[in-house]
Amino acid sequence: MTDTLLLLLSLAGTFFVIGLFTFGGGYAMLSLIQTQVVTAHGWLTESAFTDIVAISQMTPGPIGINTATYVGYDVLSGATGSHLLGILGSATATLAISLPSFLVMLLIVRFYTRFRNNALFEGVMAGIRPTVVGLIAAAAVLLVISTSWTAGVPSFSIVKENITDWKSWLILGAAFAGARFARINPILLIILGAIAGILLW
Amino acid sequence: MEQEKISLWQIFAVFAKIGAFTIGGGYAMIPIIQSELSRRGWISEEELPDIVALSQSAPGVMAVNISIFAGYRLRGLKGSIAATLGSITPSFLIILAIAMFFSAFKDNPWVERAFKGIRPAVIALILVPMVNMARKNNHTWWSWVLSGAALILVAFLGVSPIWILLVVMAAAFSITYIKEQKP
Repeated sequence: MTDTLLLLLSLAGTFFVIGLFTFGGGYAMLSLIQTQVVTAHGWLTESAFTDIVAISQMTPGPIGINTATYVGYDVLSGATGSHLLGILGSATATLAISLPSFLVMLLIVRFYTRFRNNALFEGVMAGIRPTVVGLIAAAAVLLVISTSWTAGVPSFSIVKENITDWKSWLILGAAFAGARFARINPILLIILGAIAGILLW
Repeated sequence: MEQEKISLWQIFAVFAKIGAFTIGGGYAMIPIIQSELSRRGWISEEELPDIVALSQSAPGVMAVNISIFAGYRLRGLKGSIAATLGSITPSFLIILAIAMFFSAFKDNPWVERAFKGIRPAVIALILVPMVNMARKNNHTWWSWVLSGAALILVAFLGVSPIWILLVVMAAAFSITYIKEQKP
């Protein structure tokens, strides 16, 4: 009993720290989760963690949350053999990884609400908005191309998980046209993408 | 009794819908946020890049940060809790179901094929709000320089977005401050 409680506390502390120290979204988070969960605590094996990441990428929902939920379940149910404690473990990990966001974002959004009409703040945001355009473009590019550097020379390769062949480009183009020009709802387009995937491959 | 107020349940439900269709990272959430929240008039088009920038500047899961921010703008602290619980609930239930009953899920050929179709669609969907934001905000040569520099630094040079945002914030703050001092 005390062992289970200690494990839960340790899980909560670990995921709180992960939530506090990762900037830049889910993918940046994965390596920290791996270091903590596999290397530092030895809660999961390397291959179990790799499977969890693969499933987290394949299921709806933010990847950081998916991974936390899955790891929390596996760690607790693995240690105790109980589904119920597994569920408690996943809730603990998920809430713990989100808690630092609350502390920081509430400060930020209060500041935003108060100063959004301030000239100085507006000046800062005028610089930030075009930067965000570039960041979003980069997020999309990174899903298509990966860059690796050897001796200062870049080499580019297509990200195989996302772009398998010409059919992927066809879906990409069609989805862009559908969203941009026909203004089709993005949720509908994701469902159509799934159907196209089943039909085309 | 509070007719104009958006109910917490509504916030929860809309964010659950957004969470259920956010596949991948936080950026995949942007097109769905735009369509679900703008359509209801809950946030303005101007606010969207601000939400993205400030959510990216804070630690943690970006989708959670976006939910906290947008939820707060709708109904304060309670709104941010409702939005966050909403956006993580579908993931939570789906992952639990998989962890408990279907660990063979990832080897299912149907799922694999569906995701081959979903991933390129998600990439296209990320691009659409970007184009809209560029049309709205990039009116000057320097705004295009900023967009282009951010793209190249992050996509090809591996610089973390947080550094870029911090540098731009500091620079824009200084420039605006100096301009404000002049009569």
